[in-house]
Amino acid sequence: MKVQNILATKGSKVHTVLPDLPIREATALMVQHNIGALVIVDAAGALVGILSERDIVRAVARNQDVGEPVSRLMTRTVIAGSLQDDLSAVMRTMTEKRFRHLPVVDHGQLVGMVSIGDLVKAQLAQYQGEIETLVTQITQGGSQP
Amino acid sequence: MTTQPGTAEHPLRVAIIGSGPAAFYAAEHLLKQPDLTVTVDMFDRLPTPFGLVRGGVAPDHQKIKTVTKAFDGIAANPRFRFFGNVEFGLHVTLDDLRQYYHQILYATGAQTDRRMGIPGEDLTGSHPATEFVAWYNGHPDYRGHVFDLSQERAAVVGVGNVAIDVARILCRTPEELLKTDIAEHAFEALRHSRIKEVYLLGRRGPVQAAFTNPEVKEVGEMAGADVLVRADEVQLDPLSEAALAASDDRTLRKKVEILQGYALRKPDGKDRRLHIRFLVSPVELISDAQGRVARMKLVRNVLVASDTGSLNAKATDQFEELEVGLVFRSVGYRGVALAGVPFHERWGVILNDKGRVLDPDSKQPLAGQYTAGWIKRGPSGVIGTNKPDSVETVMAMLEDLAKGQVLAPSQPEAAAAEALVRARQPLSVSYAEWKRLDELELQRGQTAGRPRLKFTSVPDMLSALGKTPVPTP
Ligand SMILES: Cc1cc2nc3c(=O)[nH]c(=O)nc-3n(C[C@H](O)[C@H](O)[C@H](O)COP(=O)(O)OP(=O)(O)OC[C@H]3O[C@@H](n4cnc5c(N)ncnc54)[C@H](O)[C@@H]3O)c2cc1C
Ligand SMILES: NC(=O)c1ccc[n+]([C@@H]2O[C@H](COP(=O)([O-])OP(=O)(O)OC[C@H]3O[C@@H](n4cnc5c(N)ncnc54)[C@H](OP(=O)(O)O)[C@@H]3O)[C@@H](O)[C@H]2O)c1
Repeated sequence: MKVQNILATKGSKVHTVLPDLPIREATALMVQHNIGALVIVDAAGALVGILSERDIVRAVARNQDVGEPVSRLMTRTVIAGSLQDDLSAVMRTMTEKRFRHLPVVDHGQLVGMVSIGDLVKAQLAQYQGEIETLVTQITQGGSQP
Repeated sequence: MTTQPGTAEHPLRVAIIGSGPAAFYAAEHLLKQPDLTVTVDMFDRLPTPFGLVRGGVAPDHQKIKTVTKAFDGIAANPRFRFFGNVEFGLHVTLDDLRQYYHQILYATGAQTDRRMGIPGEDLTGSHPATEFVAWYNGHPDYRGHVFDLSQERAAVVGVGNVAIDVARILCRTPEELLKTDIAEHAFEALRHSRIKEVYLLGRRGPVQAAFTNPEVKEVGEMAGADVLVRADEVQLDPLSEAALAASDDRTLRKKVEILQGYALRKPDGKDRRLHIRFLVSPVELISDAQGRVARMKLVRNVLVASDTGSLNAKATDQFEELEVGLVFRSVGYRGVALAGVPFHERWGVILNDKGRVLDPDSKQPLAGQYTAGWIKRGPSGVIGTNKPDSVETVMAMLEDLAKGQVLAPSQPEAAAAEALVRARQPLSVSYAEWKRLDELELQRGQTAGRPRLKFTSVPDMLSALGKTPVPTP
């Protein structure tokens, strides 16, 4: 399975903000939309960073001023995925490198974001599906003359 | 103030477009809701139900097809109706259905194929696997297709399970095919096939191959074909080796072992040979003087890691040519747009949020419209994968119902909807009628010593049911 299959059922909406948005407002947006991360883009729409719940926890712990721009807090070295990336590889990389949100870029454009939760859900559905197929074969096939 | 549908007096009326696995799993989940009365009308453009279970799943995989017995159980519910031979966009439209149903669910699968995007792709002798599959499975739209099986060498591009299906069917002996429900026209053609060499072409390595273990094992046990693998192509590169070690995936390791085992085999001298190749991509199909495929130019690939650790094929400057007279591209299926329904052209799906169809501009859900299966998430996953997928969509439907967000049909009565169908398509086929066709197919099969002999044309199906086209005045 590829990243594209997961994005198709997520509506491909990504919440993006500009680097100069105050941290306070960014946090409010995350609460309002019930999301774990925001993507930061520059005026030209290019990906410049990502702001996750984890960054905010860190900011709170060190008493950072929430009036500061998100650019002061965001992670700048963002790993981005592509539509054709394999689910298994992406899961492994996110687990190893400990990040939970992966922006997806296609032809230089941000087209969506997948979370580790989305990937786990998709993998679970895949396993469930395989088991379901086996079970119906056994139960239905068994009743054949 | 209107009453919320879902009671015995005012059932929730749902139209499901398509009758493949996604459609049936959705119907099942809707019909089993406690304290909610739902009536389901399922439409299919074909007179026969089950989508790719009938028209995709390989004829030599009869056991997989027994899932249809579970679908029979769902269809036996008195609140379920089937309208076969009724096409959305032709006989009924979205505007029609809005007048009769509270919710509409699109489960139309992936009706066409992805392209390779290389020169020569459309030469005579180059076909999408989708068409070959539909042809050997007796899909009425493809019964007239011709594949030149007088050729001795064929290539199948892609190493997914569909590619394996196609390669295996090309390699089967007439005796093996007789035990299947392969369409009669395909049996006749394949019986006289002169194919000797079949090449299955993977652009990446064995660790990245999409096919699954039972399918790879099966090709090693064919009566009339040896399987050949090049040792150097299944020797893992360091990146694949590392990925395999890190994944701790035993099934994947087993797959590599099976393929490496094939590389050690000595051919038994069987009539046909299936070559499984890795790390090669077709770059061009080259024609003979008559404009037919004669050769395929391949480039050798190496694997490079993307930022996320996905290993992708990167072309080198080494090329080779493969002499082939028949090419099947099996690089994935693709959804087609439905009239009046938003569609994501590039991805070939109906863009959705957990099954709720989205307005392409506002990205907000469109009330009362839903999607499930391959048209929802893309052409990936086995039959059972559609079950959790359809359940997710039905959960969204039930949530929206609870909020009163449904369509407002002017005639939410079962009889009114049936009258519409009768007016638009007098030759619609009910589930009881399908069961008669099914019975006839099984009987014809018994006479011929086969599991089933399919009807492969719509007029044949209709006349077997005693339905004759109404003469146009
Ligand atoms: C060649 C092949 C072999 C496979 N083999 C296996 C296997 O061995 N085991 C396994 O578990 N899985 C197998 N699969 C996968 C499995 O078939 C799919 O996961 C599943 O069928 C997808 O279900 P669906 O309901 O989304 O689509 P489909 O099964 O494609 O059903 C879609 C239905 O919608 C109908 N339709 C389309 N357009 C319209 C319209 N406009 N109006 C009305 N009706 C319409 C079609 O006629 C069709 O009946 C195979 C797939 C393929 C392609
Ligand atoms: N027996 C069964 O259980 C069975 C049988 C049939 C189908 N199915 C299921 O149905 C689904 C669809 O099967 P599928 O085989 O159509 O799709 P698939 O599993 O996605 O395989 C597609 C194959 O095409 C390759 N490919 C894509 N683009 C290519 C290109 N431009 N050049 C060369 N190769 C290219 C892919 O390689 P990359 O990986 O490099 O992209 C992959 O090997 C799958 O989930 C499958 O498991 C199951």
